Amino acid sequence: MTTSIQGASPMGTKNSVALAVQATGLEKSFGNAAVLRGLDMTVRDGEAVVIFGANGVGKSTLLRVLTTLTRPDYGSISIYGRDLSKQAEYARLSLGAVLHSPMLYGDMTIRENLNFFGKMFRVRDLPGRIEEMTDRLGLGPRMEQRTRELSHGYQKRAALARAMLHRPRILFLDEAETGLDEPARKVLDGVISEHRAAGHAVVMTTHSIERGIAESDRVFVLAGGRIALDAPSSHVTPNDVTGLYSDPSDA
Amino acid sequence: MGASLATVWTLARKDLLLELRSKDIVLAIVVFALLVIAIFTFAIELTPSRARDVGPGVLWAAVAFAGVLGLNRSFAVEAEGDTLDGLMLTPVSRELIFFGKVLGNFIFITIAQVVIFPVFEALFNISVLQVETIVIALLASLGFAAVGTAFAAVSVRVRSREIMLPLLFLPTSVPLIMAAVESTSAVVDGGSWGDFSEWLQLAIAFDVIFMIASAVLFQFVLEE
Repeated sequence: MTTSIQGASPMGTKNSVALAVQATGLEKSFGNAAVLRGLDMTVRDGEAVVIFGANGVGKSTLLRVLTTLTRPDYGSISIYGRDLSKQAEYARLSLGAVLHSPMLYGDMTIRENLNFFGKMFRVRDLPGRIEEMTDRLGLGPRMEQRTRELSHGYQKRAALARAMLHRPRILFLDEAETGLDEPARKVLDGVISEHRAAGHAVVMTTHSIERGIAESDRVFVLAGGRIALDAPSSHVTPNDVTGLYSDPSDA
Repeated sequence: MGASLATVWTLARKDLLLELRSKDIVLAIVVFALLVIAIFTFAIELTPSRARDVGPGVLWAAVAFAGVLGLNRSFAVEAEGDTLDGLMLTPVSRELIFFGKVLGNFIFITIAQVVIFPVFEALFNISVLQVETIVIALLASLGFAAVGTAFAAVSVRVRSREIMLPLLFLPTSVPLIMAAVESTSAVVDGGSWGDFSEWLQLAIAFDVIFMIASAVLFQFVLEE
């Protein structure tokens, strides 16, 4: 059951705004461990949402399911109206993701990685777009270095460049700020702000509750395999969030 | 169609670039296969007739066992940086990713055979560098690459992947290995195309069936 907070708008009331994500009845188990148990969620276009939850509660699994990396056992998902069970390839054109690892080839330079992934997305004016991302993310001096030789911060920046290369409408970030120093974190914040300003959606997870609330329009708390709280960020306090954390083994 | 072929080639070229830098896969196949062949030359007293009898079996057993090492490595590269997830996030169908990986593995096994065959010919003193055996080798490489790519994708997600891949790959490849051995035996005995056409047909059927079945298996394996 979803907890309500005063002032919270129920999911899906702004029907005039396009839905970036619509997930219904998602279930996913690994062996006997049920991670998602009939989860419903919507994200509107132009909205930044943050998903909180205790360690092991299924945040990363949820993002993997939403980004087509893992098939749910039950339930349906659409990304900008594209049903993932039928049109996943089209849906992937609209989404970019930075998950725990950078998903870059260690023996290839950043430029070679971006060139490869850009071709996979058939990005128009690829060299120009790579230069644009290079400048935006401050990757210039590192572009010809193999990614395994880069620091964690630069690997994350390169991963962000990979995720943004094809101009996705929705960005999924799984604890993207973890391990970043202040300059790298500022770059990440800048990219998120620009993405939101362009009217695109962001779905992120983080363990930094204050930061997550500050950077989002809406807060979800995942507990017991479902969305236990769905409320506007302006109406949520850190205590509201941590109060819903539960040991995943209880789920 | 053209765009799909370009995507498959982009994927394979990426694997070739990575292999050019690491030299892990081809080197592993060549060294292991040559070791197996060398051990048999010492273990068996190679008279000309015995070389003709056991040579083709030794050659293809060596290629199949060595191929396992290379196929394991080709997916280990994707697992190390979770780049398989990166590929899966692209709007490319799982089947095209599979065909791209198959093409890369096919090229690696074929390049390895370019080194293995002349050394085998020199050690066993039987002629395998003929048009017929090249055709057999290409068919065998394609089948090994198709089956091996799908099973390597299965194995890469389990802890004991080095054990899992040979357990899946070798029994499944028995018909292809038999076809390759029998065809090669016919060639070294001076036979013509007609003498081993049934074995060639078996190899072609194996390649077609497992290319399709493996492509289907691959997409389910990736998303689990």
